[in-house]
This record gives sequence, structure tokens and C-alpha cells, in this order.
Amino acid sequence: MLRRFASLPVVLLCVVTITFFLIRLSPGGPFDSERKLPPAIEKQLLVKYKLDGPILQQYSGYLKDLIHGDLRLSTKYRNRSVNEILAQTLPVTLTLGALALLIAILAGVWLGAFAAARPGSFAEGSALALTLLAISLPSFVLGPLLILIFAIKLAWLPVGGWGTPLQLILPAVTLAIPYAAVIARLLHDSLRETLSEDFVRTARAKGLSERAVVYRHALRVAILPVISYLGPLAANLLTGSIVVETIFHIPGAGGFFVNSILNRDGFLLGGVVIVYCVLLVIFNLLVDLSYRLLDRRIRES
Amino acid sequence: MIHSLPRPARIPALILGIMIGSVLFLPLLFPSSYALPGAETYAPPCLAHLCGTDLNGRDLLLRILEGGRISLLVGICGAAISLIIGTAYGLIAGSARSSVDNSMMRFVDILYSVPRLIFILIFINAFNERLQLAANSHGWDWLVGSSRLVILILSLGIIEWLTMARIVRGQTLTLRERSYVAAARVLGEGYWTILRRHLLPNLAGIILVYLTLAIPSVIIDEAFLSFLGLGVQAPQSSWGSLLSEGAASINPLKGDWWLILFPSIALLITLLALYSLGDALRRSISAKGR
Repeated sequence: MLRRFASLPVVLLCVVTITFFLIRLSPGGPFDSERKLPPAIEKQLLVKYKLDGPILQQYSGYLKDLIHGDLRLSTKYRNRSVNEILAQTLPVTLTLGALALLIAILAGVWLGAFAAARPGSFAEGSALALTLLAISLPSFVLGPLLILIFAIKLAWLPVGGWGTPLQLILPAVTLAIPYAAVIARLLHDSLRETLSEDFVRTARAKGLSERAVVYRHALRVAILPVISYLGPLAANLLTGSIVVETIFHIPGAGGFFVNSILNRDGFLLGGVVIVYCVLLVIFNLLVDLSYRLLDRRIRES
Repeated sequence: MIHSLPRPARIPALILGIMIGSVLFLPLLFPSSYALPGAETYAPPCLAHLCGTDLNGRDLLLRILEGGRISLLVGICGAAISLIIGTAYGLIAGSARSSVDNSMMRFVDILYSVPRLIFILIFINAFNERLQLAANSHGWDWLVGSSRLVILILSLGIIEWLTMARIVRGQTLTLRERSYVAAARVLGEGYWTILRRHLLPNLAGIILVYLTLAIPSVIIDEAFLSFLGLGVQAPQSSWGSLLSEGAASINPLKGDWWLILFPSIALLITLLALYSLGDALRRSISAKGR
């Protein structure tokens, strides 16, 4: 476990380095798109945004600022720091992501257990077919379709925006559905395997109800593959939220991310990527920890 | 040919065949004016335009078919690249010493949990212009128009190999303990010979299954990038960019539903067919293994 903690700074350093050089080494600077600036002013701008000097010196300066928690200034949204922008937008993205994570886990576990408890039945078959359908519905297909049905034709829910709980429902569901299906399939397969094991037979032989066997005994073991999927899932949700925020006009970090690529706004782009990665690395550590707590058979390596 | 497939795989394979065939050949049947901007903008579906027209008055069905060419091309080529990387990585990890294997798989774990698509977005934008400059200065005309597509395929292949590597590595670990591999080793066959004669042929089945599952992932990734306007660029279009246009045109006042519905259906049918094909093949392989 300690080794995992030790690898954290290494991973982050790699992320920062790759991001920095990908952005800085791409042709064209952040001030190119506007009308040609007088050289003196351009030089001043470069100094202000710390984009002058040799590239390695820029890199070490950036690292130093990052260690102090300074993500620097945005070159597009003049006079706003990346810290400021993220402080406003990140809570929005995280609320959306956390809600989607919750929906995906609850719906996925329920559907997976439902299907696995009825082997060979019509219900199992249709549940699995449903999950296959849901996996084939990425958020950029599902989102507009759900808007078309629930917001425009039926007018039950708002088309987009942010602020009220009602506005949260469609985006969170859109984001969650494909991953709920992945979880359901994972859990179904592992539960089918677990249900054929000896301790399950013992539990049945004791005369426990099928419900108790599945939910109290087998599920505890079968949930492990789902737990180890949570790390990749969180990464997918953060990536997916970029699209969902665009579709539903949500003022989260995703929209800024897309714009920062188009505007060559390097520090904003870097800030979003680095903060996302820090969050994901921490989340993965927590998942790892809980995995170990849940399955005591895994020894510390 | 279709009879050699396991029964549950036949229908998806057939649907996929029809989809590829229509994407390749149906556009040839359209009158040439359908591809050009016309007077009838935002026409709802009718007999002349089965799927309606878009904001420039172009026929949507034709655009969907042509977009399908790009989507499927990116999917197949990207998956092929991921297959090469993933198989090589998995084979090396699975046949190496356990310390090497452990660190290689740890690296895969780390990659799984970073937002890879986000890096790819930056990568594409960083290198597209460079590639274009290089293509211009070397006079590679074929590359100038499609540099974006080439870099898209490459980068999607670069991020989608993780699952393939895991599967191949797991399979290699069990294969290397088989008695015929041990026998080959005793007979003095070298590492590469064993790899080529004993491991690769036995891995071919499972690699093929995961290739079928990698294609839809790449198609989804491409559509994701194009939806954000950062993938395929006009005049080329793909299902992702068509969906993006469709999503941009819906609002409560006028619901041009066909602009979303028909590209969605095309994408959905293709993904569903590929996933169920891969799923059916996987099940039949694991059933044979038992």
C-alpha cells in the first residue's frame, strides 16, 4: 500500500510533464489568433504570462508554481487565474459526476443481481439485452434523444442549465446509463460464477432464502470486480462529463476544457488536466483501500 | 461463410455486413445534387429525402452513409492499431519474468485510470498542424487533406490497446504452462519460434474476439471527439459530427428531430451489432475452452 502512495507523485509528475510539453511544443502561441501585436506588447504579454525564456526554464518555473498550488493565469480569460475558474466550475462537474457515479452503481448492481438471480429465464435474457443496448448508447446519442423526448415532446424536465435539482436529472442519467450497463454485466458474470461456489451451496443447505443467499452472501464476494472497475469508471465519467456539459449547457469545467484547446489557452488546459488527474489518482487510492478492506483474502504485497 | 459462425453471432454479422455494404455502395445511387447545398433546408423526411435535409439543404441519408464510411474506417483501422500494440505488449508481459510482468501491468493499471481521451485531444491538436506542415513540405498530397483523419486513427489506436494487452497477457500466462510449450522448450526451440509457432496461433481466436469489441470502442471515441468539434473536420463528416450538428439544432421552439434521430440510429445499429457479435464470439470461445 505504501508503494502505491509513493507512486502518486511519480504519476503526477509524468502527467504534468506530458501535458506541459504537448501544449508548449505545439505550433502557434496563445496570442496568434488576434490581429498581429506590436513586438513590444507581445513581449510584455509573454513576460506577464511567464511564457518567455528557454522551454526548460519555463517548465521548471511551472513546476515550482504548481507545487505552490498556483495554476497560473488564463491567457484567454484575461486577468482571471486558472485557480479562480476551476474553483467556480469544478464543484459543478464534481456534483454531476458524483451523482452519475451513484446512479450507475445503484442501477447497475440492482440490474446485475436481478439478472444473475434468475439464470436461464426470460428476465435474465432481456436484462442482458437491455445492457447491451445501453452500452451502445454513448452520452452524445442518449443526451439529445432524452432532451427530445423528455424536455421537448413531453416537457417534463428542463432542456438544460444548472441550479435546480430538476436540471440535474437528465444530465446525470445520460452520463450514468452506459456505465450502469457495464456494471450490471460485470456483476452478472461474477455473481453467476460465485453462485456456483461451495459456500453458496452451504448457505443454501442451511435453508436460507434465495434472497438472503444472493444479496447477503454471494453479493459480498461478487461485488469485487465492480469495485476494481470504479477507478476506470471515474475516469470515464470525468471525460464523459465534457460532452454532457456541452449538450445540457452546464457551466462546468468541461466546457472550459474544450474552449481552452480551441483558444490555445495552455495554462487553463493544463490546469484542468492536472486537477482531473489528481482527483482520479486520489480516488483510485481510496478504491484500492476499500478493495483491501472488503476482501481480506488479498494480502498486503 | 456465415454458417461457420456460432448461431447467436449470425444475425449481428449479417447486419454488420449489410451496414458496410450500404455505406460503401448506396451513396453511388444518389443523384449528385443531393450532396450539394440546396434550397430545401431543414426539410422533414419525405419521399425525395427519406431522412430529411440538413441546415444547408443536403440530403441527410447521403450524409449519414458517407459519414459511416469515415466512422467505420476510423473504427477498423484504429482497432487494428490497438490490436498490434496490445498483442505485442501482452505477449511480452505474459512471457517475461514476473517482476517485468508486474511493472508492465501496473503501468496498464495507471493508464486505465487516467482520462486518456483528454490527453489524446491535446495530442491531436498538438500534432495535427505539424503533420500538415510536414506533408506540405514533403509534397505528400494524399496526406494534406486527410492528415486529421490519419492522426485521429493513430491516436485512437494508441489509447485503446489496454484491454487487448490484459487479455493477451492473461492468455499467454496460461498457455506458457501448457505441456506442448514445455516440450518445445525442452526440444530446444528458441523464444521467437515458440512465440510464433505455439503462442500466437492459440491466441488468434481471443484476439479476434477482442478486435470485434475494440472497433465499437474506437467508433465511440471518434464520435466523442467529433461531437466536441475536435475530431473529423469539415468537409469530411462522421456520425459523431452529424450528431453534433443535430444536437446544436434542437431547441424548444423547433424540434428538427430527424437530424438527431437518424444519425443516432445508424450509430446505434452498428455499435449494437458489433458488441453482440463480440459477445457471442466470446461466449462461444469460453464455452469451447471448458
